[in-house]
Amino acid sequence: MQYKSQMVAKPYFIGALVLFVAQILFGLIMGLQYVVGDFLFPHIPFNVARMVHTNALIVWLLMGFMGAAYYMVPEESECELYSPKLALIMFWIFLAAAGLTVVGYLAVPYATLAKITGNDLLPTMGREFLEQPTITKIGIVVVALAFLFNLSMTFLKGRKTSITTVMLLGLWGLAIMFLFSFVNPDNLVRDKFYWWWVVHLWVEGVWELILGAILAFVLIKITGVDREVIEKWLYVIITLSLITGLIGTGHHYFWIGTPEYWQWLGSVFSALEPVPFFAMTLFAFNMVNRRRREHPNRAATLWALGTGVMSFLGAGVWGFLHTLSPVNYYTHGTQITAAHGHMAFYGAYVMVVLTIISYAMPLMRGRAANSNASQVLEMWGFWLMTISMVFITLFLTGAGILQVWLQRVSTTPMGFMATQDQVALFYWLREGTGLVFMIGLAVYLFSFFKDGKSAA
Amino acid sequence: MSSDAIDMTEPDGRRHPPGDLAIWVFILAELAAFALLFILYGVVRAKHVELFNEMQLTLDRNAGALNTVLLITASWCVARAVAAIRKGADGASARWMACGILAGVGFLVVKGFEYSDKFDAGIGLDTNLFYMFYIALTFFHFMHVVLGLLILGFLLLKTLRGGYSADDHLGMETGASYWHMVDLVWIVLFPLVYVMR
Repeated sequence: MQYKSQMVAKPYFIGALVLFVAQILFGLIMGLQYVVGDFLFPHIPFNVARMVHTNALIVWLLMGFMGAAYYMVPEESECELYSPKLALIMFWIFLAAAGLTVVGYLAVPYATLAKITGNDLLPTMGREFLEQPTITKIGIVVVALAFLFNLSMTFLKGRKTSITTVMLLGLWGLAIMFLFSFVNPDNLVRDKFYWWWVVHLWVEGVWELILGAILAFVLIKITGVDREVIEKWLYVIITLSLITGLIGTGHHYFWIGTPEYWQWLGSVFSALEPVPFFAMTLFAFNMVNRRRREHPNRAATLWALGTGVMSFLGAGVWGFLHTLSPVNYYTHGTQITAAHGHMAFYGAYVMVVLTIISYAMPLMRGRAANSNASQVLEMWGFWLMTISMVFITLFLTGAGILQVWLQRVSTTPMGFMATQDQVALFYWLREGTGLVFMIGLAVYLFSFFKDGKSAA
Repeated sequence: MSSDAIDMTEPDGRRHPPGDLAIWVFILAELAAFALLFILYGVVRAKHVELFNEMQLTLDRNAGALNTVLLITASWCVARAVAAIRKGADGASARWMACGILAGVGFLVVKGFEYSDKFDAGIGLDTNLFYMFYIALTFFHFMHVVLGLLILGFLLLKTLRGGYSADDHLGMETGASYWHMVDLVWIVLFPLVYVMR
């Protein structure tokens, strides 16, 4: 670690990992509720568990991105962070807001929460993933603005590299797209239309810039390959992501009441979305193969390569699986979508945040890499989590195929709930692998407490 | 280029393919995207031959032909600019590049008139299948011309500042390769959408 102020990344990473645990815990709860409907009822109903599961994911990834940015931007800019104090204050505000929101979800019925947080004044609640009370949303905007101000000032006073340019472009895009969460037209078609500008243009647009920048940064550090080479590929990848991802939004417009041309535009452009992910896989492996040094942090290298492979599989392949409109006609809103969602979020965004944590955490704790014993544990965590995620995805895909068949294709289609009973076996298997995932996460977290100092 | 790159220098000192290898990965991805769109156009046209033939007559073929000439001219100018810089003539190179940019801007102007004509007539993406393809294909290409011109503009600026020489002009070859791709796509697009019946 070269700059003192990079240390502000540490609480962000720790906060992110704590929320990660909460996310998985609630994932297990709702996973069980799929098969034991009244588990924990009425204390934690399914819709609340789901809300916590998805919102905790988004918030901890945001925290991870912020930590990554606070770590990377000073080092890339070759100067101290503009205001480390502001960064720390924002961390506590962000954590408190996230905590209070979760408490709100759990303590009172959602409608009551909407009422006491003044949703009537500016209605933004009640939409999937954007369930946060309006005041939380405003809080997110304030934190994001302070964060971007802090980083942009650092960027402006220091060295400007392609990595920080792409990273800041992604983070500014993230903040700007979030503003569409305040757009809430009465017309349901228009509501959904703009809702995707947050949801899709985050994960299949600006987040990919952040992903690319973090991966490029870590690859430069661990492989010692020329910056010039790595940055060149970064540009190729992000341009491809934007070309395919922006118009690819159309694959969400198939069945919400938009004009027919979206069937074509959405199908064609989103069918190309695996291309940048494939390029990213090749990029990661190529750079590691051409490495000019043996970095002692082998765990970070594993995470970086894992991101390349799993993002291609989860986002690329499992996305392509159901992105063409004639296919999506049958599969939309089924467990196929859930399968894709799980592996894409894990493979692309969870893994890239764990990559930067794996690389930066030892440095912030005063060593180039953790001891061999600690790294071995971390790699056990990697394999347990990654393999169980592969199986979660396969089981959900199985559930999805059966669901599509019974509910939508067969000559005597069954109702939704009757179908759910038929696919219960897959849900049980998914819950089992979910438990393995939780064990993997525990092993991963335990590696932080294993004596790390012995290595160089 | 950095030492990591694969060395593809020919005996005569030229590199094949010219420019940075990364641009060729990008060009292949772009060509794949256009190829997919062209194939889809062909498949859909085969199912609606009458509609496509009828609608094709409403296009301004002269404007399309003029634009073909403009883009080929632009490509020729850019090729001359690269040839000039290989001999170290950066003044001549800059002039050829400026001519190329001019021809490229001419394409945008002609296409702009074509679009405004169609939009004034109330034609949009949802008019019919033919126009959906016409607008999607040509506008996607239009944006590539814009990006190509930005790249050429950057090359011109760098040439004027003395950034390229007979020994060091990899950047110009890279940008020029991208521009030729934009031209190539149009050379397929024009006959396919405007002419072939």
